[in-house]
Amino acid sequence: MTKSNLTRRGVLRTGAVTGAGLALPTIFTSGAYAFTNEPTGSTVKLGFNVPQSGPYADEGLDELRAQQLAVEHLNGVGDGGMLNTFSSKVLDGTGILGKKVEFVTGDTQTKSDAARASAKSMIEKDGVVMINGGSSSGVAVAVQGLCQEAGIIFMAGLTHSNDTTGKDRKANGFRHFFNAYMSGAALAPVLQKAYGSDRRAYHLTADYTWGYTQQESIAASTEALGWETVNNVLTPVGAGDFSSYIAPVLNSGADVLILNHYGGDMINSLTQAVQFGLRDKMVNGKQFEIVVPLYSELMAEGAGENIKGVYGSMNWNWQLQDEGTKAFVKSFGEKYGRPPSNSAHTCYVQTLLYADAVTRAGAFNPCAVAEALEGFEFDGMGNGPTLYRADDHQCFKDVLVMKGADNPTTKFDTLEVVEITPRAQVEYPSNHPMFGGDEASLGQCNDGA
Amino acid sequence: MLGLSAKDTRFLLIVIFLTLATPLLLQPFPEGSAMAQFNAGYPDLMQKFAIYGIFAIGFNILFGLTGYLSFGHAAFLGVGSYTVVWMYKLLGYNVLPGLVLAIIISALFALLIGFISLRRSGIYFSILTLAFAQMSYNLAYSVLTPITNGETGLQVYGNDPQILVGANSPTSPHLFGLVMRDSVQLDVGGWLFTFNIGYYFCAVIAILAFYLSLRIFRSPFGMMLRAIKTNQTRMNYTGLNTRPYTLAAFVISGMYAGLAGGLLASMDPLAGAERMQWTASGEVVLMTILGGAGTLMGPVLGAGFIKYFENIFSKINDNVLHAWFAVLPDGLENAVVAMIHPFVGKGWHLTLGILFMLVVIFLPGGLVEGGQRIARLFNRKKKSKGPGTGAGGHKPKPAPHVAE
Repeated sequence: MTKSNLTRRGVLRTGAVTGAGLALPTIFTSGAYAFTNEPTGSTVKLGFNVPQSGPYADEGLDELRAQQLAVEHLNGVGDGGMLNTFSSKVLDGTGILGKKVEFVTGDTQTKSDAARASAKSMIEKDGVVMINGGSSSGVAVAVQGLCQEAGIIFMAGLTHSNDTTGKDRKANGFRHFFNAYMSGAALAPVLQKAYGSDRRAYHLTADYTWGYTQQESIAASTEALGWETVNNVLTPVGAGDFSSYIAPVLNSGADVLILNHYGGDMINSLTQAVQFGLRDKMVNGKQFEIVVPLYSELMAEGAGENIKGVYGSMNWNWQLQDEGTKAFVKSFGEKYGRPPSNSAHTCYVQTLLYADAVTRAGAFNPCAVAEALEGFEFDGMGNGPTLYRADDHQCFKDVLVMKGADNPTTKFDTLEVVEITPRAQVEYPSNHPMFGGDEASLGQCNDGA
Repeated sequence: MLGLSAKDTRFLLIVIFLTLATPLLLQPFPEGSAMAQFNAGYPDLMQKFAIYGIFAIGFNILFGLTGYLSFGHAAFLGVGSYTVVWMYKLLGYNVLPGLVLAIIISALFALLIGFISLRRSGIYFSILTLAFAQMSYNLAYSVLTPITNGETGLQVYGNDPQILVGANSPTSPHLFGLVMRDSVQLDVGGWLFTFNIGYYFCAVIAILAFYLSLRIFRSPFGMMLRAIKTNQTRMNYTGLNTRPYTLAAFVISGMYAGLAGGLLASMDPLAGAERMQWTASGEVVLMTILGGAGTLMGPVLGAGFIKYFENIFSKINDNVLHAWFAVLPDGLENAVVAMIHPFVGKGWHLTLGILFMLVVIFLPGGLVEGGQRIARLFNRKKKSKGPGTGAGGHKPKPAPHVAE
């Protein structure tokens, strides 16, 4: 019976392999490193995890451009961009702590699962010490949680939800971008000036976490002006056709429509609202108005004509006239032939800030880096004097209120800066109820050791 | 052995060996070499191979045996994940209670959906399951936000009860103290092998799942399911009620999916709604067809294939390409990179799509059929080389490996 012989030998062999496989983890120990992915060679790897497919792919592509530019500047290639205007002068174009900067990229697909898988492969396979990127708050929160568990630093890219540095804040995660609360606080005075304090607002809100926090923030700040919130209707993400949501607005007695949408959804809903003639209507004796609280250049490009005169807010815009902005727009424009978007800016700045913090701390250890970033005050990065608050790892800086330009000359200046809202006006305590209240905490810094 | 024929035992042993040696087999290139890009032996991807393998094995019990094409299996995956994360939140980070409950809850959920959907067959069945899965996805994404935490995904917070957590308990998923994320790295002359506890946990479960599916395939019950696939009308005419059989198959495959979802959350304590989206359901259909529907090994191969593409090919960007072709003269280098560019990085879907088409057109039986054809080629050669020996001549003609 040769067959059964073979089987028994097979069993023995398999048993041995199984035993060895199971015993291995107990024989060796993995304590060779002081912290996760400690860079030991002459290079250090950063991970750029951005959406390269899905609804936010355009934003992701622009982020990637900026990140590559940042790496060039750190390695001393090109004109140095914002390194010349940055208030901290420790970076000298020789990489980070003398190690040449390399990077790997990944596709988040704008899905938390895919983003985490991609981030995990960066951490486990490529050995990155920092991950930067993410367009969409869900993705940012998911990846931030992962970096916290793995013990590396997460420098958030485009994420606007209050939760990222609110109830989901993490000790290893940092956000330079502004948030929904700041949008509300910056927009409200401008809206009051333009539209008065006796208005009735109708909200259409993207049916997910970011939409909820933005709607909550905008409703709170407009109600403080004396506006009345008539209704809030949740719309599915990626609905495409919003006509059935827009028709009831006319009969509701509202005279302002607030679109808490982003990306393609915002382009569609705004276009349809304009096509329905909402902006030509007179309601309650007032001109009907539309507000889009969170703008981006890429959305403005998509909405075209319809965006004229519509108010919104932004983290940064390339048309600002400070030295940092000019330097960045110049090197970005020379390399790619277009001005950077505000998501590109935040990713570029985050990469430089990380490199700077490592250099000031003198170590790649995430806890040392976090300490260097906490409470860090800097300038020359395009937003004026900025503070990385230690309590929640949120950056505080001026916020831009934008309006669709009446006479754009190119497809890049469809938005104009209406007002630069000073930082003091958008500040809030770190235990604000919209940010998780007293229960929210950063937890302990994790270096993975 | 274990109620299997000698051939099946050998087959199972090969599977066990391959599964346990995965960390070595998937790391064929030394670290630092240009080919290291193609290494897949890191914990996350190996865990995915095992978990999606389980998912596909379960799906194959329904699709491969009964021919009922469910387009909503991701719903069970999601339910499994949510269950496990809730158990983390309520009890603690031990994965066992969550996994057991994930299987139970997904079974109940599958019973409900299956009971309704199986009243129809063919395309109507597919559409019904798709509708249920999309319904679950949308509920999880928005209406059920208090339970699922919406788009952000369900995760554990510091203020959760976690009543079983003691002072020294690990702060990430573990099985009685064996922390899933822990791994051991073995550096052998440039090669870096990672042995991860989480992977071996998944691997052991995957082997059990595979064994169970092997038994189902060889059982009278499996035979009955195949009969349903072949001609359900005739079965009905003989006076046999097929519904209980299909429902049982549906629930079993739902349990497999729930287990896979639970394992996903065991490796990474977060459950997102996208796990239930129709693309996730479609993915498991692709895996099964790509590997070979109705075969035992096929779905696992398909799962590995798709996950490999998703994780390895999507990471090849222009910089990597330029590094590879740096030896070529500049103009040629750029041309070659421009030519390859659409197929890697964000274009990995394109490559996968082309391969899928090729497989469906030329190998209707999936990758398994490809393997069999190659094997047959070699067998024929061997025979023609030694016609006089007669050693192979007495062997009966190998049965077509439809069910292997």
